[in-house]
Amino acid sequence: MEHKKKEAAVVYRQQQIAAGIFDMWIETSIAPQAKPGQFISVYTQDKSALLPRPISICEVDRKNSRLRIVYRVAGKGTAEFAGYKPGQRVDVLGTLGNGFPLEKAKGKKVFLMGGGIGIPPMLELAKEIEGAASVDIIVGYRNNELFLSEDLAKYGQVHVATEDGSAGTKGNVMNAIASEGLEGDVIFACGPMPMLRAIKQYAADKGMEAYISLEERMACGVGACLGCVVKTKEVDHHSHVNNARICTDGPVYAAEDVEI
Amino acid sequence: MLNTKINIAGVEFKNPVMTASGTFGSGMEYSEFVDLNTLGAVVTKGVANVPWEGNPTPRVQETYGGMLNAIGLQNPGIDVFIERDIPFLKQYDTKIIVNVCGRSAADYVEVVEKLADQPVDMLEINVSCPNVKHGGIAFGQDPKCLFDITKEIKAKAKQPIIMKLSPNVTDITEMAKAAEAAGSDAISLINTITGMKIDIHKRTFALANKTGGLSGPAIKPIAVRMVYQAAHAVKIPIIGMGGIANAEDAIEFMLAGASGVAVGAMNFVNPYTTAEVVKGIEAYMEQYGIENLRDIIGTV
Ligand SMILES: Cc1cc2nc3c(=O)[nH]c(=O)nc-3n(C[C@H](O)[C@H](O)[C@H](O)COP(=O)(O)OP(=O)(O)OC[C@H]3O[C@@H](n4cnc5c(N)ncnc54)[C@H](O)[C@@H]3O)c2cc1C
Ligand SMILES: Cc1cc2nc3c(=O)[nH]c(=O)nc-3n(C[C@H](O)[C@H](O)[C@H](O)COP(=O)(O)O)c2cc1C
Ligand code: FES
Repeated sequence: MEHKKKEAAVVYRQQQIAAGIFDMWIETSIAPQAKPGQFISVYTQDKSALLPRPISICEVDRKNSRLRIVYRVAGKGTAEFAGYKPGQRVDVLGTLGNGFPLEKAKGKKVFLMGGGIGIPPMLELAKEIEGAASVDIIVGYRNNELFLSEDLAKYGQVHVATEDGSAGTKGNVMNAIASEGLEGDVIFACGPMPMLRAIKQYAADKGMEAYISLEERMACGVGACLGCVVKTKEVDHHSHVNNARICTDGPVYAAEDVEI
Repeated sequence: MLNTKINIAGVEFKNPVMTASGTFGSGMEYSEFVDLNTLGAVVTKGVANVPWEGNPTPRVQETYGGMLNAIGLQNPGIDVFIERDIPFLKQYDTKIIVNVCGRSAADYVEVVEKLADQPVDMLEINVSCPNVKHGGIAFGQDPKCLFDITKEIKAKAKQPIIMKLSPNVTDITEMAKAAEAAGSDAISLINTITGMKIDIHKRTFALANKTGGLSGPAIKPIAVRMVYQAAHAVKIPIIGMGGIANAEDAIEFMLAGASGVAVGAMNFVNPYTTAEVVKGIEAYMEQYGIENLRDIIGTV
């Protein structure tokens, strides 16, 4: 049974894998229940920075009860995490949100699309997808620091786009699809909002299904504060207005259901 | 035997520890972390006569030792609330305090009347939310308006009412007195303090609503001061809140004059806070040989 809890996890390993990008494995009792597309809230030890930092689950090691997170140093909290050493305590709450709907991949040609720091959740997803007709992993980076691309290559055909053109297609993930002439039936994606908007449009034009993972500022992470909402096409079941909570109803949504 | 029971306007609470409105939903989300049976009361998220959409995002931002919020009182409306949230809470042995919001006196009255036959113990009237443009704030910032709306609601309410006061006023005692004079059974304070944060990189407001309500440990000294001042100005009981993170904070509020204490933003930081405050208060009573918790209220 899935159960949310907050606990002191322990850093197992941490390394820098690109400029400003860190890769951390933590030992935590919540690891075995983790699903691809779910996230955890990570808390700082600095008590002036109270709110949790939501970070996606990048990989799960159920046997050893470990979770892998890959994050970019963006401010105070992530800068603190980047300094953590093996054996050190890291406070986490999880597992949060609903994962990607894996069953939608059955028998389909699947695109896994990640942009920048939206790439990490694609790894566990790629690992756990079963019965797909094909898996194309389309990832967009700033430059040729292609973090996680080797891990991803174990689970599908990786297609790279870089903003500066130093590797793969010059441009973004949409340019990579076009230049490589890729075709698919269903998209799973995580990345910056402009990318998700482009994917939503692309999927609508092509008549594809698309499931996208959204970000918003969060306070509770468990659905209580109503801080993290997204405009929805239909009235949401909780508040009966067109605002669903990303932390509990998401973070993954069918692209057509959300107004982004 | 430690006696943690507290009486507020004729309602007996097993202990003074409550949840601050808007930080605990209707208890569902946190029931995975906390046994609601151990709490004095669950105070629910503000509910209006009809569903409210709330504000655009971003709605929350972290600040030093606290947070700003501009949720804008998103809520499903009283009908859904009665159908879903009250039956949920009735499963637990805790008191139910329903927080009510509105844009006009008629809105509040409609909600209060619909709650008349419901198994709720008290009504908390939010006339102090800084994030709604129409009505709301005006009621809570002018003693005459506060008096009028309190009287109107009190005349219709079946349950005892708690007027929730805004800290965004020059003299909190004037507001407390106005609520008392109009017949309010209790008061709660403080609601959030209006604040602003600017994103210097984007050169824009950090909250879509521009301003938001500051809460969390950063506001605690202001809240303790206001509870103390209000306690000396009125005889009706006070529920104190503002930055409570642990039992020590809760006891500070009680010594300043609060009969009840509510945990707000700190639920987000540590979902077990409410239960830990209950335990910590008992430990404090043992440490100092306090038999009846009510004896410490307002003793400083
Ligand atoms: C569901 C979800 C999954 C995420 N997964 C990842 C991931 O796998 N890897 C990664 O690097 N980043 C991820 N992010 C973004 C990450 O949460 C922020 O980069 C991080 O919170 C920044 O914290 P900070 O203390 O370094 O920055 P600060 O600017 O100091 O943070 C201040 C406050 O703003 C919040 N905040 C700042 N940026 C964001 C943001 N983009 N989204 C939400 N809250 C923010 C922080 O949580 C904190 O409360 C994810 C966000 C969400 C919502
Ligand atoms: C996210 C959030 C939502 C809130 N919503 C409400 C509300 O609906 N009604 C209300 O009366 N107060 C609301 N409040 C105010 C709290 O109940 C409380 O008065 C205030 O936050 C101070 O306590 P704290 O510092 O412990 O959070 C809200 C506060 C927060 C942080
Ligand atoms: S972060 Fe509180 S509802 Fe999502």
